[in-house]
Order: sequence, then structure tokens, then C-alpha cells
Amino acid sequence: MRSRFQPDRGLTRRMLLTSFLLGLLYVVFAAVLVVLLKSAVLAIVIAGIVLFAQYWFSDRIALYAMHGRIVTPEQAPGLHAVVDRLCALADMPKPAVAIADVDVPNAFATGRSPNKAVVCATTGILRRLDTEELEGVLAHELSHVAHRDVAVMTVASFLGVLAGLITRFGLYTGFFGGFGGGRNRGNKQDNTALVLMAVVLVSAVVYALSFLLIRALSRYRELSADRSGALLTGQPSALAAALTKVSGDLARIPTRDLRQAEAFNAFFFAPALAQGFSLSSLFSTHPPLNQRLEQLAGIARQLGQAV
Amino acid sequence: MGFLDALLGRSKAAPPNLDQLFGLPAAAITLQVATRFRPTGTGSVCFKAAEGGAFTGLREQVEQLLALDQGKYRVQTDSFGYTWLVRTTAPDDLEGLVTDLHAVNSSLVEAGFGAALLCTLIGFTDGSQPLGLVYLYKRGSWYPFAPTGPDRRDTSLELQVKSAIENDLRVENDLSRWFPVYGAPGL
Repeated sequence: MRSRFQPDRGLTRRMLLTSFLLGLLYVVFAAVLVVLLKSAVLAIVIAGIVLFAQYWFSDRIALYAMHGRIVTPEQAPGLHAVVDRLCALADMPKPAVAIADVDVPNAFATGRSPNKAVVCATTGILRRLDTEELEGVLAHELSHVAHRDVAVMTVASFLGVLAGLITRFGLYTGFFGGFGGGRNRGNKQDNTALVLMAVVLVSAVVYALSFLLIRALSRYRELSADRSGALLTGQPSALAAALTKVSGDLARIPTRDLRQAEAFNAFFFAPALAQGFSLSSLFSTHPPLNQRLEQLAGIARQLGQAV
Repeated sequence: MGFLDALLGRSKAAPPNLDQLFGLPAAAITLQVATRFRPTGTGSVCFKAAEGGAFTGLREQVEQLLALDQGKYRVQTDSFGYTWLVRTTAPDDLEGLVTDLHAVNSSLVEAGFGAALLCTLIGFTDGSQPLGLVYLYKRGSWYPFAPTGPDRRDTSLELQVKSAIENDLRVENDLSRWFPVYGAPGL
């Protein structure tokens, strides 16, 4: 069958490279941990349980934190109708639909699998966007669901979180006991302190690197979701319009009010953060607006080509 | 979607399945025998128009083609931005109706816009209660839809119709995919 869906090989390649580097980093880190620390098991188990809970209950956690409530088709017929049609177009199971009573214009999707997914829109975004634009935004969120972004990002961030945990834990024990010299410190204790220091150092480096790589991966996945969403609706310009509207509004809102929302940026449609410094492009979870608009313009050109 | 596609975030467009469309005339006869519902002779194809010159050109082509039939086709855009091509024939000419609708589908698919097809709707009525048989292209399956008001549907009637036509058509088993199309043209 002929299709106008063209894969973006460059994006796939960049994402593959990022995941590969992340994986490599983790393998090295795990190896170092095993060599240096025999009791690494406990830390790994703790981090594993925390992240698994976060993954398993992702739909409820995010909804609870954003004060979202699941709405029935009777309560929000318009929103449900848009999601219905998109799911029929994409041939995917319909996720639960939720509305968060927040004026910040945003939307997010969460849930561990397409069958357990929730798509949530804030009242702010429902008020600001027209149907076409809202459809573009929801198609973007449904693409996150289809790409299983919650699962991918949870797995990707597992060892990063572990490294962060060990760094912090190691630093505390270091300051309060390990590194300080006792007067009857023997050779064995000296050794333990050295090993501990090495672990903390390696963990810190792993944490920093994985932080950057996860952010990069997150940006690529946003671009992917933009792309799939635009191709699903066939209206890249509507999504672009929605992005400009939402980003413009976000930039104008003072950051202090948004700080509560910060932890959920990874699932958001547009990040609820002001971008102040020049390094922001390396640290942000979402690609810059003009990069997203450029990609959408490219898709619009593709769709417009003569048959 | 495969593991690798999910990992790399590249969803593929679901291709439409046009094959099951031709099972309709037989199902209509069964439906007439089992219930009071008769075809109205109206059917429609619903698709999501893509932006850009290519789609506009294609749409003009299709509309020109259909205009030859002296206005038996109507084009309507609903509030969700979906386009409905409505075809009206004699109530007993379901074969012709299905063939015409299939022609529209194939021209869209040939032009590379197969992914934009949402559903086909065939109208039935028992005199007062409208009933639509909806064909989902991406699933290749049918389901009944009986609206009773602006936001209400008669679920028991839908289930009754489902059991009647089950042997003639591939009916959608996943009830969560029986999505309503309130106010669809041709109902």
C-alpha cells in the first residue's frame, strides 16, 4: 500500500546512538559497582523497587499530582469524541481521558502500557486551543502512549537514578564517618574509605552523563511524538499552531507558580519551565520550539507534494 | 507495533482494510428479516483531510468524478474537521452503494492517503429510529450505532443488531471501540 508516512532515518539514528551510549554507560557502571562494592545489591534493589512502583503506578501518580480526574463521555463529550476518532485512525485501544483543573495550558499522557494509559488535558489548554489544534496535541500524546514512552524512559533512567542515589548516600556517609580520620584507623579501614570514594566519584560521573543522555533521549522522543502525531492527523500546521500558542503562554507565566509542575515535565506536551541560561538546550527535556516547528514544516511540505 | 519501533519511537500508520466492505448487502438482508430495520440508501465515507496541495488536488479530482453523477454525492465537513462524502442511492441498491463507496476509498488509498480513512457509515431506519452500521477501516470490522439523542445511544438495540448480523459480517468484538458518531451525515 502506498503511504505518505516516511520514516525519519536521521532521528532514528540519533535516538539509537543515544540509547547505545546510555546502555554502554550503564554496563560500565554496573561492572565498576560489582568490582568495587560487594553490597551494591541492596542499592540496586531499592532503586529497582522505587522505579518499578513509579512505572507501575505511573497513571495514578501523575494524575494525583496534577489533580487530574478521569472524565466520562457524558462529562466531556467533545474531548472524548476527538480521542475516539484518533484511536480509530491509529488503530489503538482508547486510553482513559482525564481533565486537570489547572489554568496552565498543557497536556500529558502516562501509564505503563497502551491498555493502561491515561491522556490528560488541563482546562487551560481546552480553553485556549480550537478543535484542530487540540486534536494535534492529543495525537502527540497518543503517540507517546503508542511509543511506550513511560516504559522506555523508566528503563533508561534506572541506573541514572541509582547512580544519583549512591552519590548522595556515599557523600553523606563519607562526611559523617568514612573520610574523616580516626586515631585508631587501620589499613583495612583506609582501604574501605578509598573504595567508597572511588564509588562516589564514579557514581557522580555516571549520574552527570546519564542525566545529559536521558535529556537528549527525551528530546528525541518528543520530536518522534510530534512527527507521529502530525502524520496521524495530517495537519502538522495545527500542531505547530498549538505549540506556539502554548509555549507563548507558558513563557509569559511567572516560573514561581509553575514550580510544582516541574517534576512532571517528562510527560508534558511543552515544558513548564522558563529557559534562562545558554546551556538550557542540553539540559531540557523538550527540544526548542523552533526545532519542533521546523520539523512540522518539513512534514507539511512532504504532505503537500504532488501525487 | 514491534519492540524496535516502540524503542525508536517510530509508529507506522495503520493501513486500511477495504475487503470486509462487500459483506454488507448480505448482512442487510439478514437484518431486514431479523429486525424492522431497512437500508435508507444512504452511505458515507469519513476521512481526515490532510493539509497541503496534494490532498486538495485529490479532493477536487474526487469531487469532479462524483459531480458526474448529478449531485448524488454530497460533501460535508463536521465540527471535528473530518470530511464526509455522502452517497444516496435507491434503498434496495446496496450493492451499487457499496461499490461507489469502495471507489472513493480506493482512490484515496491509491493517492497515498489510506491512513486518513476513518470509517464508512451505512444508514438504516425502522421508520423512526435511525441505525448506522459503521465500518472501521483500520480494524476491518463493523459495529452498529443507534443514536437516540444528541449524546445518547441505544445500547440494547445495538447489541441486538450485533447478534443478528454476527454471521454475515465481521463484528468488532472490542466494545470499547464502538465509538459514537453523533450527528454523522447520512444517519
